[in-house]
Amino acid sequence: MRHIVSVLLENEAGALSRVAGLFSARGYNIESLTVAPTEDATLSRMTIVTSGSDEILEQITKQLNKLIDVVKVVDLSEGDHIERELMLVKVRAVGKDREEMKRMSDIFRGRIIDVTDKDYTIELTGTGSKLDAFLKAIDSTAILETVRTGASGIGRGDRVLKL
Amino acid sequence: MQLTGAEIVIRCLQEEGVEHVFGYPGGAVLFIYDELCKQNKVKHILVRHEQGALHAADGYARSTQKVGVALVTSGPGVTNAVTGIATAYTDSIPLVVITGQVPTYAIGEDAFQECDTVGITRPCVKHNFLVRDVKDIALTIKKAFYIASTGRPGPVVVDIPKDVTAAKADFSYPEKITMRSYNPVTKGHPGQIKKAIQLLAAAKRPMIYTGGGVILGDASVELTQLVRTLGFPVTNTLMGLGGYPATDRQFVGMLGMHGTYEANLAMQNCDVLFAIGARFDDRVIGNPKHFFDPKRTIIHIDVDPSSISKRVKVDVPIVGNVRDVLKEFNKQLDAGKTSVDAAALKSWWTQIEEWRGSDCLKYDRASAIIKPQFVVQKLYEITKGDAIITSDVGQHQMWAAQFYKFNKPRRWINSGGLGTMGFGLPAAMGAQLANPKATVACVTGEASIQMCIQELSTCKQYKLPIKMVMLNNRYMGMVRQWQEFFHGNRYAESYMDALPDFVKLAESYGHVGMRIDKPADVEGALKEAFARKKDLVFMDFVTDQTENVFPMVPGGKGLSEMILV
Repeated sequence: MRHIVSVLLENEAGALSRVAGLFSARGYNIESLTVAPTEDATLSRMTIVTSGSDEILEQITKQLNKLIDVVKVVDLSEGDHIERELMLVKVRAVGKDREEMKRMSDIFRGRIIDVTDKDYTIELTGTGSKLDAFLKAIDSTAILETVRTGASGIGRGDRVLKL
Repeated sequence: MQLTGAEIVIRCLQEEGVEHVFGYPGGAVLFIYDELCKQNKVKHILVRHEQGALHAADGYARSTQKVGVALVTSGPGVTNAVTGIATAYTDSIPLVVITGQVPTYAIGEDAFQECDTVGITRPCVKHNFLVRDVKDIALTIKKAFYIASTGRPGPVVVDIPKDVTAAKADFSYPEKITMRSYNPVTKGHPGQIKKAIQLLAAAKRPMIYTGGGVILGDASVELTQLVRTLGFPVTNTLMGLGGYPATDRQFVGMLGMHGTYEANLAMQNCDVLFAIGARFDDRVIGNPKHFFDPKRTIIHIDVDPSSISKRVKVDVPIVGNVRDVLKEFNKQLDAGKTSVDAAALKSWWTQIEEWRGSDCLKYDRASAIIKPQFVVQKLYEITKGDAIITSDVGQHQMWAAQFYKFNKPRRWINSGGLGTMGFGLPAAMGAQLANPKATVACVTGEASIQMCIQELSTCKQYKLPIKMVMLNNRYMGMVRQWQEFFHGNRYAESYMDALPDFVKLAESYGHVGMRIDKPADVEGALKEAFARKKDLVFMDFVTDQTENVFPMVPGGKGLSEMILV
């Protein structure tokens, strides 16, 4: 089963490699991993999308907590949460495709953030499956390049991960 | 007054009460060595290879309650130390390892003797640090000792670039430290303890299984009290030997791959299993699939939550320091409201005694060739069970564990988790330095000893009167045994050809050497060796080449699938 795990950790050199090393050494899956400092510059927040049985997730949570740099760990998928991923996609936009791409971008609430006479760069935010759906909806031969951030997640309402 | 980074390092060690540092100098740590020689509070022990430094610091830590300290240089100093760091990590031994690093401005430029120490050691340390600023040295070393010695102990590496040891800063050593990201749990959850006691009281076939956590957590007194109150059978893992007196009737021997018949069958057939500071590893329970059938209720105390329900699903987890938790158990049991099922326990003991009757550790006592078990048995008798015994890895290690009866903790020192050949001699050096009055013996084999034999020179320099008990069967015995059982008697590369004359070798290092090849001479040789209180005596026992360690649970099998003699 897919899980989305949030980790609050000391913003120190090497903290990311401790987490990445833990996952590879113990053979856990990483579907995506994002990390950036929080509003408190001494802390980073990481979102890891992983998958595994309940037993494996229990171990992942415990092993993450065992890392000295890790301050808090929450499995967001245990409760209500929101997740978002950002994708930038560069598509060919010539001839009749130009209008079609604009329309598709609007339907998916994307924004065209760079334009040349041959292509558009579209910014799209949503769950991973929405981004997948967009890529499926447009003509695949028109896709020149894509880049995705991986998911970031946050709990709903009063589910707060903070010190 | 400002101090250099190197002075600060030494002052920190003094503040921590460190008496011995095991190390080897080199370019990146020269400022630190320069300060070491200007003082006499912290004594440096010069080993002959960095692996030896780590194992010695490790043996020092295992035989005391203290943190072992090692000091090595950058690059090859560190890579040589890695085996020792990993050995300590796997067995949860508290070490602080100070490593030199190339100057900060040269890091990342493939400088001479540069390696990514923090990167290389990351998977085998509890934590590691690279100190980039002289102002951070004191706090970092304080953290290192704190992290190494609390919670589930482990090695911590502090990597210090050479220019940082030369730079100056004000020095003050923090008295206390708190870290928001590291707060080990000590006390167990009272509700869980209550639940566990109810389960123990209702048990028909209870079993207590304890590991290295009891030794590391200094909980053998509490454990002994608990076991005697309950009247239950108890087994120790290889790492847990000495946690409960081995000569006591309630002790059913070591369990696991080479555990006793009675311990393994009691483990397999119990209905309530009480695991204390042990981690259900593959050498202990074999294949978890076999272990799940029959089903039993499991209570598990461990200081490390990630050790609980890792290989085996646990019913009542209790996270906490083993000693604190057992104290709480004893308190609640002493309150007198708990009574065990005496009738069921009696018939359970009858069953266990029947298993015990199989005498699974029997061997040919009338053999004309020296049996390795016989040597260990005599070693036990002559030292009255009172020596600190270190071992290397292989058959001799298992025979030492089976035949030396450890009645006290911290007397049995071996590389249980990583299985590091070469561990025994340097570990014995650390144990002897930490316990100058104790009798220290190293049980080894002719293969293992050659992996760190250079440390015989260190023993001479520091006059360490270790007794080397080498069981020489001219084979990597455990490898040969597996080849005999599982690889059609094809002894691929396990024969130890071209062995040195160990007597002459010992003598050339300035020690006493003995070669013993008749069973009748074993006792006399041991007596003579142990009478030489000031000498290192190297005993080369020429033993039976074909002897195997029994019982044996083959890899991947279940505990009830033992091979007996």
